[in-house]
Amino acid sequence: MSQYYYHSIRFDQEKCKGRMKCLRTCPTQAIRVRGRKAVMIEERCIDCGECLNVCPSGAIVPLTDPFGELTRFRHTVAVPSPALYAQFGREILPHKILAGLKKLGFDDAFDLAYTCGEVSFAIQEFLREYQGPKPVISNACPTVVRLIQVKYPDLIDLLIPVNTPREIAAKNIKEKKSKQYGLAEKEIGTFYITPCPVKMISIKQPAEKGKSYLDGALSISDVYGPLLSAMEGVEKESYRKALESICILGIGWAMVGGVCRTLRLRNSLAVSGLTEIIKVFDDIERGRLRDIDFLEAYSCPQGCVGGSLTVENVYSSYNKILKLIETLEFEKIKACPDIREVRRLYAQKYFFLDRKIEPRPLSPLDDDLGRAIKKRKQKEEIYEALPKIDCGACGSPDCLTFAEDVVMEKAQLFECVFMLPERFRELFEELIGLFNKALFINQGSRPGEKDYKKDKKD
Amino acid sequence: MSEENELSQIFEILGGDFGHAGSVSTKVKEILKEVGIDPSIIRRAAIVAYEAEMNVVMYARKALFALTLTPGQIHFKIEDEGPGIPDIELAMQEGFSTATEEMREMGFGAGMGLPNIRKNADRFLISSLVGRGTMLSVYFFLNQESRG
Repeated sequence: MSQYYYHSIRFDQEKCKGRMKCLRTCPTQAIRVRGRKAVMIEERCIDCGECLNVCPSGAIVPLTDPFGELTRFRHTVAVPSPALYAQFGREILPHKILAGLKKLGFDDAFDLAYTCGEVSFAIQEFLREYQGPKPVISNACPTVVRLIQVKYPDLIDLLIPVNTPREIAAKNIKEKKSKQYGLAEKEIGTFYITPCPVKMISIKQPAEKGKSYLDGALSISDVYGPLLSAMEGVEKESYRKALESICILGIGWAMVGGVCRTLRLRNSLAVSGLTEIIKVFDDIERGRLRDIDFLEAYSCPQGCVGGSLTVENVYSSYNKILKLIETLEFEKIKACPDIREVRRLYAQKYFFLDRKIEPRPLSPLDDDLGRAIKKRKQKEEIYEALPKIDCGACGSPDCLTFAEDVVMEKAQLFECVFMLPERFRELFEELIGLFNKALFINQGSRPGEKDYKKDKKD
Repeated sequence: MSEENELSQIFEILGGDFGHAGSVSTKVKEILKEVGIDPSIIRRAAIVAYEAEMNVVMYARKALFALTLTPGQIHFKIEDEGPGIPDIELAMQEGFSTATEEMREMGFGAGMGLPNIRKNADRFLISSLVGRGTMLSVYFFLNQESRG
């Protein structure tokens, strides 16, 4: 049953002090504390990064790539998430950011927002013809995709089969650059500048089990400092000209609701934050929200601008992108891809995922349904006996999960501090029993009682 | 069938309790997921559980929702204390509803509840006594081969 999953976060055993903040915050109960150290249950983790944000010991490390990775390739291209633009807003416009990235050592920097714009149009095309069950769910956030694979496998068909802009762009870059420079595609390195660690897994282990066209990911927080200094010397273009190169549809991808807003979808919803997403997914499972065409969902608050590897305050960067969108709307600047060209490519299946995303539901309590039902019953019985205060002292996140861990023989009942008195009583009774037995065996010489009394007098 | 392999749980639903509406169907759904029921069956069962739960919340005083799970089938029995249904045939028609204006404004009471339950169930029984209450009995049959 067990399968290896790549994860974009690592627990540093040296630094971990077993303070259990991660244990309580994990939305899929993927963490246990054993021997005062946090351990991850790989099958359950959806790489949302919530644990990373709450760890007081800095023991949870995101696995993004260091700058040194660039030297592995003959030609390197930076592909920044629109969330990077959101760090700067109207003060420093994308054209300057892209120039700054080139000065940092990339051979080229690609404006991903343009591809985002193409994909926005492709989504519009898809929704226009779509007749299946609703709402169609965006697949831009890899955590949302993994949440559906693991916890909502029955919603998998609602995920839009249109590929993500970052993958489409990387594929395109590899094809074009390898022709242009006469290099093999593997000699072209495409690096995503990422607001969150989860994009790293979508590169190492895509949800649809294909191969990613991206070669690595650098975090916005690692790039930010060097980029600020690199941009100092960049020649200034006129404000108007710089604005005119921004695709309004594309920058919308940085914030929750941005795609729906810039496409002017009438019947859509936008939701961010895992707790909120879970509420919405529960509603969809109950058969509600069927009248909604499209659902934009991002695990981070406010969308990619809220990623754990960003620098700027999330509300401030959200506002910066919003103001940029409003400015472009006011100035009537679109700078978007040609919709006829998008339609032509769409008809050629250019925007679609190579493979279908398959669910990977959590293993049931047992492979045999009869035994699984029995175990579920035992779990309920154990849970009823527990204090239900979810203190976490046992190392499981809550009483219900602890009950399951006991049934699955991954924990023992007396590890619950509230079960300890009962365990003491058992042990005490066992001891008394042993003591009486010893007394009975030794009754011939009767040494026990006498000696004991003598000792006491001494 | 041995009793060991049978899981029964009873949940209480309160009429008018919109704040907790949906919580029973969520719990039922979690149990079905944990034991590894096929996702397509869970989806149908979740819709049925929710529609049945909402019917109680909207129209009845209270109800007991009994889930019985065996390796062969899922059974829901929802017994409410409420006004009952005078004309079941009429209530089973799509679009027929006795929901108030307010309920409809909130997106409920489109007259799809009972028809939706029947559509998603493998077997569906309903009986009602006006002035006393309504009893729904819904079955989903589990095909062992379809388990992943």
